[in-house]
Amino acid sequence: MKESLEKDDTEYWRWQEYHRILPGKSWKNKELITAGVDVGSVGSKAAIMIDGEVYSWGIMRTGSNSPDSAKKVMDWAMEGTGLKLNDFKYIVGTGYGRVNVPMANKAITEIACHAKGANYIWGPSVRTVLDVGGQDIKAIRCDDSGRVTSFLMNDKCAAGTGRGMEVFADLLKVPIEEIGDVSLKVDVEPPPVSCTCVAFAKTEAMGLLRKGWSKEKVLAAYTRAMAIRMCTLLDRVGCEKELVITGGQSKNIGIVSRIENILGVKCLPMPKWRESGLDPMIAGAIGAALLAKALYEKSQKS
Amino acid sequence: MITAGIDMGTQSVKVVILKNGEIASRNQAFSGFYPTKAAEQAFEEALKKTKLTLADVNYVTATGSGMDMAPYANSTISMMGADAKAGVYLFPKARTIIDIGAEEARAVKCDENGIMINFVVNERCAAGAGTFIEAMARALEVKIEEMGPLSLKAERASPINATCVIFGESDVVTLIHRQESKPEIARAIFDAMADRITSMVHRLGINPEVVLVGGVAKDVGFVASLKRKLGINILIPDHPEFAGALGAALSAMSRVKGGKN
Repeated sequence: MKESLEKDDTEYWRWQEYHRILPGKSWKNKELITAGVDVGSVGSKAAIMIDGEVYSWGIMRTGSNSPDSAKKVMDWAMEGTGLKLNDFKYIVGTGYGRVNVPMANKAITEIACHAKGANYIWGPSVRTVLDVGGQDIKAIRCDDSGRVTSFLMNDKCAAGTGRGMEVFADLLKVPIEEIGDVSLKVDVEPPPVSCTCVAFAKTEAMGLLRKGWSKEKVLAAYTRAMAIRMCTLLDRVGCEKELVITGGQSKNIGIVSRIENILGVKCLPMPKWRESGLDPMIAGAIGAALLAKALYEKSQKS
Repeated sequence: MITAGIDMGTQSVKVVILKNGEIASRNQAFSGFYPTKAAEQAFEEALKKTKLTLADVNYVTATGSGMDMAPYANSTISMMGADAKAGVYLFPKARTIIDIGAEEARAVKCDENGIMINFVVNERCAAGAGTFIEAMARALEVKIEEMGPLSLKAERASPINATCVIFGESDVVTLIHRQESKPEIARAIFDAMADRITSMVHRLGINPEVVLVGGVAKDVGFVASLKRKLGINILIPDHPEFAGALGAALSAMSRVKGGKN
């Protein structure tokens, strides 16, 4: 037990950065190439679209400088495609750092982009989008065209966000990508931790570990508290089927299954992003690239 | 008549002993893993200072988030109730008491007898409590007692939008990378926290005189920011961290006299 509290240099919070070009697609002879760049507080995402279809994307950690992060992630999405910046008809910036995307023609809030992107990924039946980002949680309701009808957010509080999960990954020495599975390895679900504030939850978790709780149990208690917090937000906005989860935490099975359990609903299944499917983390960037296409077409008409 | 108040705080336990309504002794210790033991020791040392023994004490009242773990206690009083009593005892014209401890902040409205009328609490969020300053001091690599004096040297405030300890830490790192000076970052940290406390106090409504107590009241940097944000003068007693224990000891006194609390 003692050794698990000792520090080491492993960065358990570090999640996989990657880029991908979807096979069987080409941009030569295509008219309309657009991009969405979503500079989040923790992750930066860029998606490239050809005639409104996803072609490639990149996901990486946001650095201390937003314009740099935007440039880097855009370069990464373009890597291996042969595309250059001037091939793009329109680029929309979104996310926490959206006003700092140098190559963007316009900045649009991530709320509009996530609804639009979810509509693209899961189809027009989506009515509620829970976006769990690095720095905030948003519960968004939308219509069948992916237009936002209402939303609520929990702003600038790490409880339940990806950043909060990173803190716990480091504290418990569980790689962030395994945190969901590990949190489900309990026979009986323990009561949720009482503190939602990450700073206090950390102290509470240390106390539980000292009391002899297993990592799995502590993580289950924390994940449950966070899921309850997300459900409260969903309840307040009025959760309507179909529900989807976007953002980094959509990959946390511990969170997703607990939300389903608490609300008594099933989320639409996550695309097989590890294989050839779309990554729910890039929903915002996809939405931005789609809105870029619409904006470009509108500008051509007038 | 000898009464005592024990404040079982999250970070430290405080003891105040009253002799006929006058403060005879005070003492504090870290709560640690065994707050009951810590409080027993703090209590015995406080008694020693006054050359009294436990048998001389007529009544003991406990308060603080760990009040159920208090040793020797005959009764308990809520933290808000204790704040109100102590505030009016220290400053008879006090009608609003702000108490900021390690993990919680409260504002209490009271009458001229020190009876609580209403209150608001910031709990479950470290951004409005002493923990915030501690975490930010660590991020800034400055000793916590140096934060206040350092912030007073700032010529302007750097904007910081931290309302969360976790994000505040990365905000501070960003400011350091931008080569903002430490005094300005320190001031930004206090301003951010004072903003949070100000909005909490405004929910209650400000009734002068306003008294600030709790450990954070000792921080000159925070006090300067709070005065600026509230736009009014704030009274601060000597030893503000003992206000809760004092309020509890005053409550013990009224119990002995047969009062309601």
